[in-house]
Amino acid sequence: MLAPALVFLGPALLILVALVVYPIVATVIFSFQDRTGDGFVGLANYREMLTNSRILTAIRNNVIWVLVVPPVVTGIGLVFAVLTERITFGRAFKTIVFMPMAISLVAGGVIWRVVYEDDPDKGLLNAGVRAVGAIFSAPGAYVGAGPSEGLREDEGALVLADPVPAGSTVEIGLLRLGASDIPEGARPASVTQPADGAISGAVFRDFTPGEEGTRGELDAGEIGLPGVAVELRDAAGEVVARSTTDERGRFDVPSLPPGSYQVGLAASNFRAPFSGIEWLGPALVTPAIIAAYTWIWAGFAMVVIAAGLAAIPREVLEAARVDGAKEWQTFRYITVPLLAPVIAVVLITLVIYVLKVFDIVLVIAPSNVQDDANVIALEMYQTAFGARNLGLGSAVAVLLFLLVVPFMAINIRRFRAEQG
Amino acid sequence: MRRFRHAPLNVALAVVALMWLVPTLGLFLTALRPQSESAGSGWWRIFFEPSQITLNNFLDIIGSDFFGRSIVNTFAITVPTTVAVVVIGALAAYALAWISFPGRDGLFIAVVGLLVVPLQMALVPVARLYGTLGIFGSILGVVLFHTAFGLPFAIFLLRNFFAGIPKELLEAARLDGGSESRIFVRVILPLGVPAIASLAIFQFLWVWNDLLVALVFARTSSAPITVAIQQQLRQFGGNLDIISAASFVSMVIPLVVFFAFQRYFAEGLLAGSVK
Repeated sequence: MLAPALVFLGPALLILVALVVYPIVATVIFSFQDRTGDGFVGLANYREMLTNSRILTAIRNNVIWVLVVPPVVTGIGLVFAVLTERITFGRAFKTIVFMPMAISLVAGGVIWRVVYEDDPDKGLLNAGVRAVGAIFSAPGAYVGAGPSEGLREDEGALVLADPVPAGSTVEIGLLRLGASDIPEGARPASVTQPADGAISGAVFRDFTPGEEGTRGELDAGEIGLPGVAVELRDAAGEVVARSTTDERGRFDVPSLPPGSYQVGLAASNFRAPFSGIEWLGPALVTPAIIAAYTWIWAGFAMVVIAAGLAAIPREVLEAARVDGAKEWQTFRYITVPLLAPVIAVVLITLVIYVLKVFDIVLVIAPSNVQDDANVIALEMYQTAFGARNLGLGSAVAVLLFLLVVPFMAINIRRFRAEQG
Repeated sequence: MRRFRHAPLNVALAVVALMWLVPTLGLFLTALRPQSESAGSGWWRIFFEPSQITLNNFLDIIGSDFFGRSIVNTFAITVPTTVAVVVIGALAAYALAWISFPGRDGLFIAVVGLLVVPLQMALVPVARLYGTLGIFGSILGVVLFHTAFGLPFAIFLLRNFFAGIPKELLEAARLDGGSESRIFVRVILPLGVPAIASLAIFQFLWVWNDLLVALVFARTSSAPITVAIQQQLRQFGGNLDIISAASFVSMVIPLVVFFAFQRYFAEGLLAGSVK
């Protein structure tokens, strides 16, 4: 039966030997050769690999990928698979979450690069962060204003250099404000005399046409600044009272205990608007790409686990419930153990894919942070085909291969067991 | 009553579904805006100013030599690869399932072992081999490489399926004097359709979506759309009109295949969750 077998197997064997088996052997040999493949260099490429900081970053990132992605994606898939059984639009939900699996990692990467744009006017994620952030800390109305005479800066706030006793009036001038920085409805500034034990004053734009006035003092015609948050601090630096200026820039803090107070304008007046989190900067780029990858692969985990879930006999779950097990207990002690083999397959599959992760890193990481986001498969490509270092590139490929081998062994063992 | 009880869960999962939909929607709407708008504001502005909607980006992509050709190349790479993997894989799978010869089991175990070999292990030697053969940069080279790395999975999937075909059917055909090739065409292929469909869809999407192989073995004139997009990324902000439209175009065929054959795709994935 050898002759007919060879006819059927011939084309496959020819291609597999020429383009898979022979190259594997050749790559191993190349990994001991120099950058052009013309001479042997012993273990030099492997030594280089374990000392080169770019490659070490790639290895470290791959470790992060392998530790984070398989458990997170499997966990999300498990939760989705279980929960979709209880909702009215389970099928639609599965289709939606599964859909990213059909598109390329290039397209998926582009989708997320748009989401991750720095500018909150353009990137959805930063727009969301800004919208939420505005609830807690709105940008100030006087961004860019500077202190006039007698004021100094203190952690973003502008405070009068000298503390004043209760019963005084203060004049606080701000510089570097153009006509467009003045809110509508602002009127010429004035100061009212404080009641006993109170502090009052005015916040104004310290500018008169022709620069006739005195810096740090309220001159006739200077405009009041409405809506400025004013803070009074005691000797210990604690804020003891707050006020806000009216349309003439006036504020008034009544009935203070005797003593002297430091008057200042809160930092919130000058807080710059949110300019966006740099998701694709060196610090966050790997987590950002991992999140995008999770978005793509969660559907895979969900579908495989849902298929495993469907294979669990309903009677087993019913029996547990009849015995009085709560939903969570049924899930924890019946469903999860019965799903263990399926979960293991999903985890192993994800580890193998994640070790080889390439496209999405190349697409999402901007070129100036690609070294920070580097992974082994990307490094192999850059070294062998960008830097044209055949020997080192092959050594990196062998590293990748060695990392996958244990899972190859698991597959073969499992397969043999299945075949009985 | 049951539905009512799960109302919060329905709401929560609806929010999750939105999280999965909105990024893709964002890309689509970005592709519908002129670059002058995308340069200054996010795609959601389109809801406030629908007048900015334009199909020009798509027309530019389809009309451009570079992208137009890359779409043609994508088909020229994907379709022959899928056919080759299915045909060559089915032939080998049949031999491994139903023709007994010495070393058969060992050979199949070796194929299972090849399933997870990273294709990085072959890039450098094959690039050199192609250089010698004069096919580096050609579509043929890309097709051959994809075929080689698609075969282990094809053989694995089909062999397991073919092995499950009832023995009696084959023996009856053999008694009737049918040759192996007759049995293959008349018995195995018709019964193997579900597995072959899963494989074909899986393989089609795999190759259509590939970047790495084409990046290494194709040149500009033979590059598929994934490579064409990748080459625009250095100027991401400035080329967003082109990039978003091309990305969306690249998704159309996979999404059509996905929605038409979701079941087969899922089954291919289930079988392939070892690759």
